This record gives sequence, C-alpha cells and structure tokens, in this order.
Amino acid sequence: MSIVPAPILRFYHRMASPPHFYSFTDKLLPWLIAIFLLLLAYGLYAGLYLAPTDYQQGDSYRIIYLHVPAAWMSLFIYVIMAMAGAISLIWRMKIAEVVMISSAPIGASFTFVALVTGSLWGKPMWGTWWVWDARLTSELILLFLYLGVISLYGAIEDKRTAARAVAILALVGVVNIPIIHYSVQWWNTLHQGPTVSKMDKPSIHVDMLIPLLVMAVAFKFYYAIAMLQTAKVEILKREQNTQWVKKLLEAKT
Amino acid sequence: MTPVRRQRLILILLMVAGVGTAATFALNSFNDNLMYFFSTTEVAEGQAPKEAKFRLGGMVVEGSISRPNDGIMVRFDLTDFSKVVTVEYTGILPDLFREGQGIVANGRLNKGGVFVAEEVLAKHDENYMPPEVADSLKKPAQQAKMGK
Repeated sequence: MSIVPAPILRFYHRMASPPHFYSFTDKLLPWLIAIFLLLLAYGLYAGLYLAPTDYQQGDSYRIIYLHVPAAWMSLFIYVIMAMAGAISLIWRMKIAEVVMISSAPIGASFTFVALVTGSLWGKPMWGTWWVWDARLTSELILLFLYLGVISLYGAIEDKRTAARAVAILALVGVVNIPIIHYSVQWWNTLHQGPTVSKMDKPSIHVDMLIPLLVMAVAFKFYYAIAMLQTAKVEILKREQNTQWVKKLLEAKT
Repeated sequence: MTPVRRQRLILILLMVAGVGTAATFALNSFNDNLMYFFSTTEVAEGQAPKEAKFRLGGMVVEGSISRPNDGIMVRFDLTDFSKVVTVEYTGILPDLFREGQGIVANGRLNKGGVFVAEEVLAKHDENYMPPEVADSLKKPAQQAKMGK
C-alpha cells in the first residue's frame, strides 16, 4: 500500500518513460506558452504602467518586476535541480537526470538577470554597482554553482555517469540556498531585508504587490516552457538509437 | 522502497546534513567578517578598528545635516537609536540620502572620534508604497509628536 493515490502514481510511472514524457510535453507546451504570454503581458503592463510610483525611488523601483522574480527563480530552479538530482541518484530515473541538466542553463540565466538588474538599480539608489555584502556574494556563488554544474556535465563523456556526478554537485551546493535567503537577516548587509516572503504582512503596497506576484508566476511558466523544450532535445539525443525516436523522425520527414 | 534505494537515500541525507553542518561552523567562525558594516554602538564602544578603514552603518539623525564650510563637505550624525557617531564626507551623495534614511559609510575614525567617510552608500529599506500612502503614514506620527 502506498500513501500516494493510485492515479497519481500511475501518471508518475508513465512520465518516467521517455516516449511518454516526450509526447505528453509536446501536447502540454502550447498551453504553457499561451498562459505565459498572457501573464507576462498583464504583469508587464500592470508593473510598468498601472502600478503607482514609489514614495522614495520614483519610477526606478519598477526594476523589481524583473529583479525579484528572477532572483526567486534562481533559488527555485536550484531546489528543483537538486531534488531531480536526488531522485536520479536514488531511483536512477532517466527523466529526472534530464530535468536536472535542462534546468541548469535556465537557472544560470535567471541568476545572471538578477545580478545585472540589481547592479543597474544599485548604482543610482545605493551609489555603487556592486558591494561584497553577504547577499550579493552568496548570489554570485550561486551563479558559479550553476556554471560548475553545466561544465561538469559537459566534461564527462558518458552522460549517465555525468548526471550522477552533477547530481552530487547540485546536492552539495543546496546548502547555499538557505544562506542566500537568510543572508539579509543573519548579517548586516547593504541589500535590504525581505519585503514579501516574511511572516508579517508584506511591506509593499497591494497595488505594487499584485503585478509582482503575476510576474513571478509568469516566470515560473517560462521556466517550465524552456526546461521542457531543452529536455525534449536532451531526450532525443540520448535515445537516438531507440525504435521510438527512429519512428518519430520518419514520421516528421 | 528497496533496501538499495533506501541506503542511497540515507547516504544523500547524510551528505546534505554533513555539508550543512560544515557550512554552519564555517559561517559561525567567519561571522564578524561577514558583517558588512559596524553599528554606531560598536564604534562608540570602541569595538571598531582604530587605525584601519571600516564601514559604518546607521540612520541619518533628523536635522543633523549641515555644511559647515559652505562647500561640498557635509557633516551629519548617524544613529542606531542608542549611540550617535558624527560623520564628515566630501563628495556626491546618492539619490536616496536624506534625513531618517539608513546609510553605509566607508572611511576611518579621526582622533576626535569623528568618522571621516570616503564613500557614502544609501541603504534602501524593504518598504514600497505610493507617495500618497507615505504622506498619510507621516500624519499620525507628526500628530503624536505634537501631542507630546
């Protein structure tokens, strides 16, 4: 007996099979793209146009509609990557390996966006592009972890061995995630404390908060789209000698 | 879960716990170095370096900003609501610099206990609101002050 309901378990087992995963994501992707575009259009319009200006920063604060969701995604994707790594180590599941390695470049990009937008905001507001405080430094380490994952995977010829090595690296690096999140509370930093993700009620006006949350959800959909598309390519590459991929290619040509 | 898989799961949990413990010890021992700035109380109590450069953080005291020489040298007091340190700075201040604002200054103490800053950074707080809301928040605070 299992604690997970039978239909979910069946879905999970079917998704573990590459051909099923491939055809399922093929059908899912157009929907994800449609929802993403709607959320992004509304989020950008509401964030850049409808939301009121800030009492101190004027319009400059609007960069949070990119910076904060990107920074959240950089942590979120890393956790997904580490969890997929753990699953692939324990159950040797091919799809988990593919999800893990397809997430890395997207996570690295979001980390890069968070660092760059933060820097652009920091110059006029703080008076500097960059400081070595705990928050900024730990986020930079996160970027290096992502780059380490990507290059380690590329350096090992056999992709199943590579995935195992990468999974261990990803799991070791997961210690950085709580450090990034709590850095602004544990130490004095130039970076401000949490606005939304704290126990108290968010210290941001609700008209500014809603576009921020919409953008955060839009970024989640973007991640799903980009990750699944990368995963599809990775699956085709790994399974190129199997019957179902050959059939698929014949049907397309 | 098969015994082999359970063993792998336990190994992974042990690894993550081990790395977490190591990181906790390392960060604890470097705690002072990870502090980006000293508070004004630490400086007033003499915990800050005497000869070397360091960073000082605090709130700009209301009504303390003055330009004694009519030049670009500006003098103001910083507080952490317990001790006050006077800061002198020559240069351009960031946009967010104003009374009641948190700032971080980089420089050193002179013999008179005045902090001579070479760089001033504004520390933004976590509050975001439209100007009208900020105004309406100020009113009760001002009324409370007048009531005293």
